[in-house]
Amino acid sequence: MLGRKNTIIEDAPRSNGEHEVVLSARDVTVAFGDKVVLDKLSLDIYRGEILGFVGASGAGKSVLLRTILGLNKKKAGAIKLFGIDVDKANELDRQRLDMRLGVLFQHGALFSALTVQENVQVPMREYLDLPKKLMDELALLKIELVGLPRDAAVKFPSELSGGMIKRAALARALALDPDIVFLDEPTSGLDPIGAADFDELVAKLRDTMGLTVYMVTHDLDSLFSVCDRIAVLGNKKVLVEGTVKDMLASEEPWVKSYFRGKRARQLDLAARN
Amino acid sequence: MLNDAPLQASRTPDAQNQPEVNVREDKDGLAVAFSGNWTTRRVHFVDHDVRALELRGDVRKMTLDISGIQRIDTAGAWLVERLIAANAARGVETTVVGESEAAGILLHAVAEATRGKEAPAAPASDNIFIRFLETLGRGVYAGRDDFIAGMYILGSTIRGAQMKLGRGNAVNLAAIVAQIDRMGVGAIPVVLLMSAIVGAIVAQQGAFQLRYFGAEIFVVDLVGILVLRELGVLLTAIMIAGRSGSAITAEIGSMKMREEVDALTVIGLNPVGVLVFPRLVALVIALPCLTIAANFAAIGGAIAVSWLYSGIPPEAFIDRMRASIDVSTIFAGLIKAPFMALIIGIIGSVEGMKVGGSAESLGLHVTSSVVKSIFVVIIVDGLFAMFYAAIDF
Repeated sequence: MLGRKNTIIEDAPRSNGEHEVVLSARDVTVAFGDKVVLDKLSLDIYRGEILGFVGASGAGKSVLLRTILGLNKKKAGAIKLFGIDVDKANELDRQRLDMRLGVLFQHGALFSALTVQENVQVPMREYLDLPKKLMDELALLKIELVGLPRDAAVKFPSELSGGMIKRAALARALALDPDIVFLDEPTSGLDPIGAADFDELVAKLRDTMGLTVYMVTHDLDSLFSVCDRIAVLGNKKVLVEGTVKDMLASEEPWVKSYFRGKRARQLDLAARN
Repeated sequence: MLNDAPLQASRTPDAQNQPEVNVREDKDGLAVAFSGNWTTRRVHFVDHDVRALELRGDVRKMTLDISGIQRIDTAGAWLVERLIAANAARGVETTVVGESEAAGILLHAVAEATRGKEAPAAPASDNIFIRFLETLGRGVYAGRDDFIAGMYILGSTIRGAQMKLGRGNAVNLAAIVAQIDRMGVGAIPVVLLMSAIVGAIVAQQGAFQLRYFGAEIFVVDLVGILVLRELGVLLTAIMIAGRSGSAITAEIGSMKMREEVDALTVIGLNPVGVLVFPRLVALVIALPCLTIAANFAAIGGAIAVSWLYSGIPPEAFIDRMRASIDVSTIFAGLIKAPFMALIIGIIGSVEGMKVGGSAESLGLHVTSSVVKSIFVVIIVDGLFAMFYAAIDF
């Protein structure tokens, strides 16, 4: 236990090209009992991109996310993170992988007994060997980077509003400056201005740190403004993937009604006026 | 040292990635060159050096060459930005050279997030005497608040489970019966077993001591009076405080946590009426009944031990008991039961209503509910003993 903190101190290897695959899922099949939720799903995410993941409610977006994170068991298929097969990784590799991902759960999943600052420090404490003062400063920095006021640092999650909980959870996800972050509906529950700020923040972090973002979202604004690529989940696999243009050109009925439906048109109209 | 080897290995990673601070005295200031990987996992190697730079008082100009930084993330950017801000605060002219595009964006982002904000003031730590007084004061006020909240709940309960719009008292009989089943009937086995064992122990110890005086038969007086007046009701109350008091706090507390209590209020129901009233009534009915059962079990245990250990046959035991106790002895114990039931129920409810948003707070209040109710039950038992002594009951 004592040696563990030190063994994973080295930085993640550098990217070796523009189109390095950070996450690849191959033929992933997930079933609960007899009910097949995902059937031979394949998906690639490249370094430095923001992938928007959409799909009807109940289509299995969260199941896929949880499967990638290893919280659900899959029946078949392989998931590789940074080129390492997560099923075959040994314990040390697994820990290295964990250090390189950040997760923002849909409802925040902040630890209710800890303050926001302590929440952000949980991964730092676990993996890094930082002096207390620096850790406090870094936690405060993360808290401010996600747009929370300084005095929120000493508050408990029960004292925060829904939007603030989202931001605090993002701060925790970013605590170790991960290479890839998984965001589960990050802008739901934020006001439009806050949501736009959030999108901008995600884009900025991507630009500076080569952060890769996997974003499950229903926010058309986010999809149009920050996502480089969009993947649509339907019929238990990825129906379409591509840019916003590809989405608008798609003839899949669900994709069509999602991107060219009434709400999307209104957004479009508003943008033009 | 178990971890010596890995520690050594980690302190000397490949030299080109190790973050470094090189300071060179120039003719008009300090030329500082940063190099290596300034990432979250490594910044603690240079934190000390940068802090030292922030405190140097003998410089007027500083040039930061960050072109040697190969990788930087928000933690590294924070260190650089902290130095720039510290320089600005004490009037040192700072020039940053050689920043890459990514580092520039990152530095700008970090500066934007933090600049112009004062570090939060460390909470002033008072001396130990003040802190002691503060704790004492808070304790007294908390006690007063508890008492008022308890009286509020008692009052609301006596007033009944009111409904709005004058629909009168809607006492939910089914809820009360269900609670009696859970808190009373469910507790019978454990209360009987515990009381029988305690009765047997008291009888054995009493008989052992009285044997020296040849007065073994007086063990009947001892057990009869002790159990009926004190032990039966006290032990039952303690058992119920642990068993049902904690359950009341946990139930009401978790409903409070998930805003169910607020939902009741908004729908127009009185939370005290809906949640507390049935539990309190059930306890007031169940505890005296359990006390009677406990008394029987304790006397039963005593009879068995007297027979087996001292050779007092059950007929003789019962004969002697009829002479030593009367109905007032039984009532002296039983009268206390409803009061103790009220105390357990009220403390459980008050603590439940105080539960905040976190899981920790729930655990805290369940614990304090049990501790407080057992403590108050024992105090009240003592007060009753003094009261009985004063009126020769």
